[in-house]
Amino acid sequence: MSNNTVSSARKFDFKRLTGSKGFSAFTAALLAIFLGLIFGFIVMLIASPENSAAGFRMVLIGGLKRFGDVLYFATPILMTGLAVGFAFKMGLFNIGASGQYTMGMFFALYVGFMWDLPDSIHWLVCVLAGLVGGMLWGFIPGIFKALLNVNEVITSIMFNYIGMYLVDMLIQGNSVMYIPSKTRTAYLPDAVQLPSLGIKNSNLNISFIIGIVIAIILYVILNKTTFGYELKATGYNKNAAIYAGMNGKRNIILTMVIAGGMAGLGGAFAILAPSTIAGSSMTYEPINVIAPNGFNGIAVALLGNSSPIGIIFSAIFISHIQRGGTLASLYGFKPEIIDVVIAVIIYFSAFAMLMNSTVIKVFKKRKKGRNQENSSGIESTADLNKSKAAIEKEEA
Amino acid sequence: MDTIYYLIQNTLPVAIPLLLVALGGMFSERSGVINIALEGIMLFGALFGCLSVYLIQGSSMDPQLILLFGMLVSAVAGIIYSFLLSFAAVTMKADQTITGTALNMLVPAAMLLFAKMYFNSDGITTNVDFYITEIPGLKDIPFLGRMFFQNTYITVYIGLLLLVISTIVFYKTKFGLRLRACGEHPQAADSVGINVYVMRYAGVSISGFLGGIGGFFYAVGVMDGNVNGHTGVAGFGFLALAVMIFGQWKPIKILFAALFFAFLRTLAYSIALIPFLHALNINQTFYKMLPYIATMVVLAFTSKKSRAPKAEGIPYDKGQR
Repeated sequence: MSNNTVSSARKFDFKRLTGSKGFSAFTAALLAIFLGLIFGFIVMLIASPENSAAGFRMVLIGGLKRFGDVLYFATPILMTGLAVGFAFKMGLFNIGASGQYTMGMFFALYVGFMWDLPDSIHWLVCVLAGLVGGMLWGFIPGIFKALLNVNEVITSIMFNYIGMYLVDMLIQGNSVMYIPSKTRTAYLPDAVQLPSLGIKNSNLNISFIIGIVIAIILYVILNKTTFGYELKATGYNKNAAIYAGMNGKRNIILTMVIAGGMAGLGGAFAILAPSTIAGSSMTYEPINVIAPNGFNGIAVALLGNSSPIGIIFSAIFISHIQRGGTLASLYGFKPEIIDVVIAVIIYFSAFAMLMNSTVIKVFKKRKKGRNQENSSGIESTADLNKSKAAIEKEEA
Repeated sequence: MDTIYYLIQNTLPVAIPLLLVALGGMFSERSGVINIALEGIMLFGALFGCLSVYLIQGSSMDPQLILLFGMLVSAVAGIIYSFLLSFAAVTMKADQTITGTALNMLVPAAMLLFAKMYFNSDGITTNVDFYITEIPGLKDIPFLGRMFFQNTYITVYIGLLLLVISTIVFYKTKFGLRLRACGEHPQAADSVGINVYVMRYAGVSISGFLGGIGGFFYAVGVMDGNVNGHTGVAGFGFLALAVMIFGQWKPIKILFAALFFAFLRTLAYSIALIPFLHALNINQTFYKMLPYIATMVVLAFTSKKSRAPKAEGIPYDKGQR
């Protein structure tokens, strides 16, 4: 704890640093990641003590060897992360990214198989179809929330299931798309698959670049447009926003449509990507399971503090440890270890901000050695800093 | 007529998990904590319930006693797991929905991990037969005997008993009144000397208790005593939330809501046995969607006069007013 020794002038800087530019959000994310990884290590230690060190090393750095793959798998969760994070900015919890993702996947598949289009634009139309599919599935919870005041969490959970069953049913009923004997969809024609970036030993494709561009566009929308401002204002204080004359209902629906579109794109990117087997594409298995990438998007959004730029990095990080988890199977561990780690990271990031400010508070208390009265003053300063940090981070 | 008996006999074991878990959600939410982690709590309870059954199934114990033992284990497991929610939501004042989501994700992953490493499968398979073909004496009651005392599970009676106890605790005790006060207006409750934090811990723990048992009863009544990480409890925790909302956070209404949803689900899985539905030749997956679509329709109509606890989802802070 070297900060204990800083002078009083430096202390001010320290406070300013921790209170601004999303620094505390960043350290909070680091804290959550740290605790998640520690927990993962403990689980590995319990599961298989002798292999735990080697396996854990794989989780941490294994992904580096296959960085192309890391980015490849980061793309879908980047999009679902944006879907969750964008809605978060407005105070909406879009737990329905899974359903929107699956819908996007289906729309992209449908256009890919059933529409006859020129080769040069076919994949692009498929991607757009995915966008539309996701938007549709985001629109419904938006309508329910805006017009009927039904909590978006329960609606989107229900529509996760409805979407998943619906897509399974439609795919199973379509003889062009579905191969019953293999219980999966057929391979998409080459022209429909996303153009590869040509990186060796990797199927990294154009979707990663599109994803990053979209994240930047969302960043601009959030920070430079009236809509973005209204959206954030509604997120901070709904009643104040309505009082200020903002159209809450329209904004709710619009936010959910955009968020759904992001997740839909994620689904399209995932299914249209070329797979590791030459000449094949990714396939969808209608086995009545909710797409896990939607839930991973929640982790990505939380770690990235719902900022589109932060989400780019957190998506890469989550994908990185997922690859590491797959490689840890070399030492007898199952890839599910990473799902455990991700769940723990989400759990801690829900209150990491608070832990973070507590840690800082403890620091200052010990350092200043002041009496009880002042420490309660510090407490409120810390709270103030926290909310200030939240606002400044938005502006940054 | 046989079909009707069949449907009722099969609806009840499905309705009971929904009922118990929705009651759990009711206790938690009326104390002021949104419990979206019910799905995870159910699965956690089911996991440890089935694990305990697996460990003692070799002994010569009576199947119904084994079931009761598994029920106790699952209840304790549910309470322990729910502490993770109450710690985050009450003590750490974290976002309750996010915490709940994390807890939902943790159980299937941890379960798959350990089941794959130790059992080389996706879950735990037990081979105790909990099914009750008929209850001597009661089965001969005309009409009712066949509906309620044949081809069933003991879980049905335990579930209804727990409903009665829950209702009494909720409405007829000091504890119940205080709990409800904390969900409506915690500041007011605090001002008359009720410890809001303790009451919220209690509310979430009761939901852990009922959720854990509900999960185990799901494994017994729906999955034949098995549990696996892939299907989990098939969204029953979320459906229970819908049941709770449909039941307007009130025990008796929740019972009817649970029966309604369970009936729809049973119908979905019994299409082949019902001639006129079978003749329609609609994909079975469509019927699987029905409970969820019904939820949305119901929510759309009831939301305007929602009786949701006023303070739910808002962490209680003593210093705030």
